[in-house]
Amino acid sequence: MNHAPHKDYGGAKLGMWLFLFTELLLFSGLFLLYATYLSRYPREFTAAGRDMHVGFGTLNTVILITSSLLAAMAVTAIQRNERRNVLLLLGGTILCAVTFLCNKYLEWSAEIGNGIYPGSPRLANGPPGESVFYSLYYITVGLHGLHVLVGATLLAVVAVRVKRGTVHAGDFVLLENGALYWHLVDLIWIFIFPLYYLIL
Amino acid sequence: MTHETTAHHIVSYKKLVMVWLGLLSLTGLTVWVAHHNVGIGHVWGSLAIACIKSGLVIAFFMHMKYEGRLLRWFLLLALAIVAIFIGFTFFDVLYR
Repeated sequence: MNHAPHKDYGGAKLGMWLFLFTELLLFSGLFLLYATYLSRYPREFTAAGRDMHVGFGTLNTVILITSSLLAAMAVTAIQRNERRNVLLLLGGTILCAVTFLCNKYLEWSAEIGNGIYPGSPRLANGPPGESVFYSLYYITVGLHGLHVLVGATLLAVVAVRVKRGTVHAGDFVLLENGALYWHLVDLIWIFIFPLYYLIL
Repeated sequence: MTHETTAHHIVSYKKLVMVWLGLLSLTGLTVWVAHHNVGIGHVWGSLAIACIKSGLVIAFFMHMKYEGRLLRWFLLLALAIVAIFIGFTFFDVLYR
């Protein structure tokens, strides 16, 4: 007898969630560092936070929330067997990711141009709290940016599989897990945005 | 969808768009709160808004509202661990 290959939908999703929890703990560690240093250097953090580009931050928040919507809609589309819509929605998500990274490039270029980067003379001669703030900013946002890059690549791979028909309405756990990863990237940004751009 | 493992809840486009609109208005609100600086309260206000936003993303975009008990308990466990390590660090940092 010819059996269909074994599929464990629940197991695949549980595995993805367990991975997402480790990601959550990773970023929580960085947020914890932020919180402890904020309590040690409140004035320096406030001074440094004033120089952040709130416009870029807000724009990127809107872009990521929209991309998350498109990814969630792609999961609905594949369940309804609308393959064309899935491809369009995933394309939209990836476009948002690219726009996000372009904004990040412009933002970081402006900051580096102002002499703000880890180990720069301006930060080395400034108060210690400010260089701590910017080091944490670059590592947290940099690591998040890396996740954006990985997430977009993952969704592109899933889109190719959808086009080939190996991911379809009867077997779409890869798309669902890719979307879950993408939502995590959005979730982390939801906390980065107020912490680095707004509250100081 | 007769097979048990392939029975999934389908979240309608309409519901997803409503959640998106909710997230956008909360983003607007958090930026507004930050501009009308209302003292130390706005730190907690901004974090509360961020928590509501992530709750929406997890419940609807990530389908947690439609998942079984196992995943929900795992999520609670992960959040409890985060709360414990942030809480215990601050017991140390604040009362040193």
